[in-house]
Amino acid sequence: MPVTELKFYQTGTFTIGNRLLGEEDRAGQSAANRANSLNCGHRACQGCGEALGARYAIDAAIRASKGQLVVANATGCLEVFSTPYPESSWQIAWMHSLFGNAAAVATGIAAAMKVKGRNDVRVLAQGGDGGTTDIGFACLSGMFERNDDVLYVCYDNEGYMNTGVQRSSATPPAARTATTPAMGVEPGNRFGQGKSIPLIAMAHQIPFVATASVANLRDLEDKIERATLMRGARYVHVHVPCPLGWGSEPSDTIKVARLAVETGLFPLFEAEFGALSGHTAIRRRVPVEDYLRLQKRFAHLFRPVVDVARIAHIQAIADHNIERFDLLN
Amino acid sequence: MQKPFATTLDPGSSLTNHTGTWRTERPVYVDRLPPCNNACAAGENIQGWLYDAEGGDYRRAWGTLVVENPMPAIMGRICYHPCESSCNRGQLDTAVNIHAVERFLGDEAIRQGWAFEAAPSNGEHVLIIGSGPSGLSAAYHLRRLGHRVTLCEAQPALGGMMRYAIPKYRLPRNILDAEIDRIVAMGVHIRLNTRIDDPVSEMKQSGCDAVYLAVGAQLAQRAYIPAGDAKRILDALSLLRAMEGDEPPRLGRRVLVYGGGNTALDAARTAKRLGATEAIVVYRRTREVMPAHDSEVREAEDEGVQFRWLSTIKKEEGTTFTVEKMKLDEKGFPQPTGELETIDADALVLALGQNVDLEFLKDIEGLGIEKGSVVVDSQMMTGSPGVFAGGDMVPSERSATTSIGHGKKAARHIDGWLRGKAWAPPARHPLASFDRLNTWYYSDAPKSVQPVLDEARRLSTFDEVSSGLDPSTALFEARRCLSCGNCFECDNCYGVCPDNAVIKLGAGSRFKFNYEYCKGCGLCAAECPCGAIEMIQEQA
Amino acid sequence: MLRQIEGSRAVAESVALCRPEVICAYPITPQTHIVEGLGEMVKSGQLKGCDFINVESEFAALSVAIGSSAAGARSYTATASQGLLYMAEAVYNASGLGLPIVMTIGNRAIGAPINIWNDHSDSMSMRDAGWLQLHAETNQEAADLHIQAFKLAEELSLPVMVCMDGFILTHAYERVDVPTQQQVDAFLPPFAPRQVLDPAAPLSIGAMVGPEAFMEVRYLDHQKQSQALELIPELSREFRDAFGRDSGGLLRGYRATDADTLVVAMGSVNGTIQETVDQLRAEGMKIGSVSLCSYRPFPAEALRRALGCASEIVVVEKCVAVGMGGILSMEIRNALSGLPLTVSTVVAGLGGRAITQKALRAVFQRAQFGQLQPLTFLGLNENVVSRELERQRDRRHSGPPAENILRDLRSPVCP
Repeated sequence: MPVTELKFYQTGTFTIGNRLLGEEDRAGQSAANRANSLNCGHRACQGCGEALGARYAIDAAIRASKGQLVVANATGCLEVFSTPYPESSWQIAWMHSLFGNAAAVATGIAAAMKVKGRNDVRVLAQGGDGGTTDIGFACLSGMFERNDDVLYVCYDNEGYMNTGVQRSSATPPAARTATTPAMGVEPGNRFGQGKSIPLIAMAHQIPFVATASVANLRDLEDKIERATLMRGARYVHVHVPCPLGWGSEPSDTIKVARLAVETGLFPLFEAEFGALSGHTAIRRRVPVEDYLRLQKRFAHLFRPVVDVARIAHIQAIADHNIERFDLLN
Repeated sequence: MQKPFATTLDPGSSLTNHTGTWRTERPVYVDRLPPCNNACAAGENIQGWLYDAEGGDYRRAWGTLVVENPMPAIMGRICYHPCESSCNRGQLDTAVNIHAVERFLGDEAIRQGWAFEAAPSNGEHVLIIGSGPSGLSAAYHLRRLGHRVTLCEAQPALGGMMRYAIPKYRLPRNILDAEIDRIVAMGVHIRLNTRIDDPVSEMKQSGCDAVYLAVGAQLAQRAYIPAGDAKRILDALSLLRAMEGDEPPRLGRRVLVYGGGNTALDAARTAKRLGATEAIVVYRRTREVMPAHDSEVREAEDEGVQFRWLSTIKKEEGTTFTVEKMKLDEKGFPQPTGELETIDADALVLALGQNVDLEFLKDIEGLGIEKGSVVVDSQMMTGSPGVFAGGDMVPSERSATTSIGHGKKAARHIDGWLRGKAWAPPARHPLASFDRLNTWYYSDAPKSVQPVLDEARRLSTFDEVSSGLDPSTALFEARRCLSCGNCFECDNCYGVCPDNAVIKLGAGSRFKFNYEYCKGCGLCAAECPCGAIEMIQEQA
Repeated sequence: MLRQIEGSRAVAESVALCRPEVICAYPITPQTHIVEGLGEMVKSGQLKGCDFINVESEFAALSVAIGSSAAGARSYTATASQGLLYMAEAVYNASGLGLPIVMTIGNRAIGAPINIWNDHSDSMSMRDAGWLQLHAETNQEAADLHIQAFKLAEELSLPVMVCMDGFILTHAYERVDVPTQQQVDAFLPPFAPRQVLDPAAPLSIGAMVGPEAFMEVRYLDHQKQSQALELIPELSREFRDAFGRDSGGLLRGYRATDADTLVVAMGSVNGTIQETVDQLRAEGMKIGSVSLCSYRPFPAEALRRALGCASEIVVVEKCVAVGMGGILSMEIRNALSGLPLTVSTVVAGLGGRAITQKALRAVFQRAQFGQLQPLTFLGLNENVVSRELERQRDRRHSGPPAENILRDLRSPVCP
């Protein structure tokens, strides 16, 4: 007699762990002995997506590299909240040099490891979107182009948050920042600007490029772990909401990130040697309005009147992503 | 190595920075009352035994289940499972198939021969009158509490309505017997074929200290129908009771059943199995307001039972029954239209409800009767000290499940009364409502389809209509439970805290917050799938 | 081994003998031949255990070196002029982090106007960046200073710039004694970093430091540079004992002990100055010179001892603090304050302008008689300048004066 096939556990794979799952089926973050590479006592704001994303990513890299990891960090929130004298939150070999040179510093570290025969050590560079897409872009591109043995992780919170929420080339259209105020005929950030570093990274034909989100931990860990074990230049772009800069509730950080994925505004995909090799399908598609409404940086799209045209424009961007990356399948 | 001053720092040294001082709200772990538990008239800890079943430990799950209800194999079959109607998962996809898992656990217990622990006899002696679900439940719980129990039953076998009113195709008798035997095996003294006419005297004579009245409602309600041949008219209870005898009643080819409750459907479906080519349920209102459960109606329809809505039976002349069309008034009450029709039928089964036989209670001093039911206080005690009553005798919804709940509740109050220390039920947690869940984290898992016997086989025999889950489907079904309001150790809070301020205590021990570092962002509460974390204001 | 080779090649070979482990290369004239030479040596296998990285900018070059040095690798790069400015942020960072990187500066002017020829504006612009700055007088010294520089840098955990005049030294073929590998190995031990990025012993390098400790960090940097004032002469002596020649040190006097007039300068111009001194000495003038090798740390005490007995000090410097005057001379004035002597500034050789003995001689003679202006631009074309100034007085003009001057120089009405 036909019985519906047993497909899912109680919580499927969407929770971080589950007492019913074997250790190997849980997210790395569920482990009681996880690295906590970014320790308690850091000074990130409440509900900081970047703090969360960084711990997720670095813990995953630590796991994959069996602890043999060195990290170079660009200037930015992550650096400032983690290492103000006299306390560091990092429990790993970590270095901060400048805002725009994390990729190059990592290249140097990787070179040193190479000449010293430390093939076991993996080198990771990390920075925010400002340090990656703008000021650090030349070094990043150089590192890519040379195929240096570095995994670069960008925590994209779509603006210069450390300096007080200014526009970066990762700021989305319509978003209000301190330098794109919500006034005038085109309030907020202009449409038709900005760049996609993941796509630019792909153009360098590097071994691995991926996007990830703090809302999808398993996907993020999988990508970081695989990327950590590859050789050559690798890039993972992690979407990390900033409650302060986005004007979202600290408790909504993961929800907002999830909606960015589910609307199609932040597509999750990966590429090898310049060619798309996979994507993470949208599970429950929602209109962009659901995402925008949670964030004060988009408040001008809804008050005093609903800006139907601009919301439709943003929806069109989401729809384009969905089509381009085949996100519904 | 002399590290440079200030620019190089020791790893992890930020532990000295206690960010907990930033907090204006703090998360706390809470336990909430799952809606299934809330809805269960037998007071089962449904989520609790599903939790055990999720791990595949059916023995443990059964153990948890029978703390509240000793008859899961029966309940899994005959309960109309209000737990499933209130199940939060119903708002997500479909409710967890709770009754099927319950039945699986009950059947598994029978298969494996799991027995109740022998209880010490350190208490008093209690007389129970009536061995239906309420009496059996009370007997079981009183034995667990250490009391001696004498159970009197007027009929030649235990089980009450479960045996004499529920057809075999819904409750196979081997299952019924197995669960009753397990209760009896706890050391319950049984007196069959014993009708008690004076409960208080009997209590004193048999040296008992309290009595629990649980005789049910067994008098079929009659309706006045002018009849030419009264032998064509019988009541549903008699029909169903006769099914337990050696000679099945003969009803004929065309049978009318008058009434709209579950008993009416049982009668109609029984009639079909007895060979009627047509079984027609005549009901004065509409399907929407019919008291019978929808699943019963559907199964009856599947088996070819017909319905005549908005109809009353006016008279019988031989095989001709006159039916009057009704219409609903503005308040939804049926009103006669004067429009008459006739239907030919070989028999009419009346299923118009049951009344309590109050005759044997007349000599009990202080025992109050109201609207045909026995009055009891909040402790299930009648106006006569030491005389308790429950089940269909007292005002409440009449169902086996409610009766089992009454039996348990009465047993606990009897115990408290006997020991001179009133039993106080534990405080109830606030309800775990759907809006508190973060359903993103639950997979979309359809209810596993209970395999059903094919139509042909169903109609020709009294074999059970629904078959049970197998271990894998039972496990799957149990794992569809959302664990509303109670931590199930999914690790989300532990994982999503940006400040590592959640401490994982290990399997079965859940988590605790590290308030030294928790900044009170609330991510843990927002991302808890089951709503087991609450944010509360910090006090200055 | 004595060889006739280009200065850049001598430096490349010298650096290679120091067994660098990471070399970052970005082309900029006039240092390019050095990294080209090193790249060739790495590629050919002559220099083993070294990663040679072609980076995308000077900023990246030094940043890569910062990373490799922090990870415990002996790291080297070279740059000049605009390149040094482009990496300026990283220059400060390397010293702030105490990373013993050695970087050659092929000294060159800074634009605009763009100019590829030698002066000291580039390294001077980084004088406060916390690096040690050593100036080579000859190609032999340039080669030798690199060997000392690695040792100095690694003993102090501070980066060192070895400055050599662009073209004048970098592109000049001279006889250079290139030491053997054994000699260099005996002098320069393997790099033992003060701190290192090691997963087995994690550290957080590069913390943010606020007002509560920043001052102390800088004070300690200053103290460390002061230690270098003792270490530099020590290493120079040690070098002489090992290699048999004088190179480096804080400063070197030339016929200075009994001089009334002393000329101070950095780098290759000292050769011309010494020849001029010889001429003037032959004519009876009591003149000598001091070649300043260590500009950072600034050897104030040593300068006071070396210059204190003279009455006229002429500082010949290849840079100018526009709007203020001489840089080196100001610092020397400060070092000599309270002594009964005059310090004059001669800004010379900007943008590669030739410094001739004739011009120097005239200046020194004027100094001898106390006739030298406090600030002289050596060999300045007064005509061109006055015409341009006149034109500017006539009408306010925004735009590059260089165009006008070029026109004037070509114009027949101009002398």
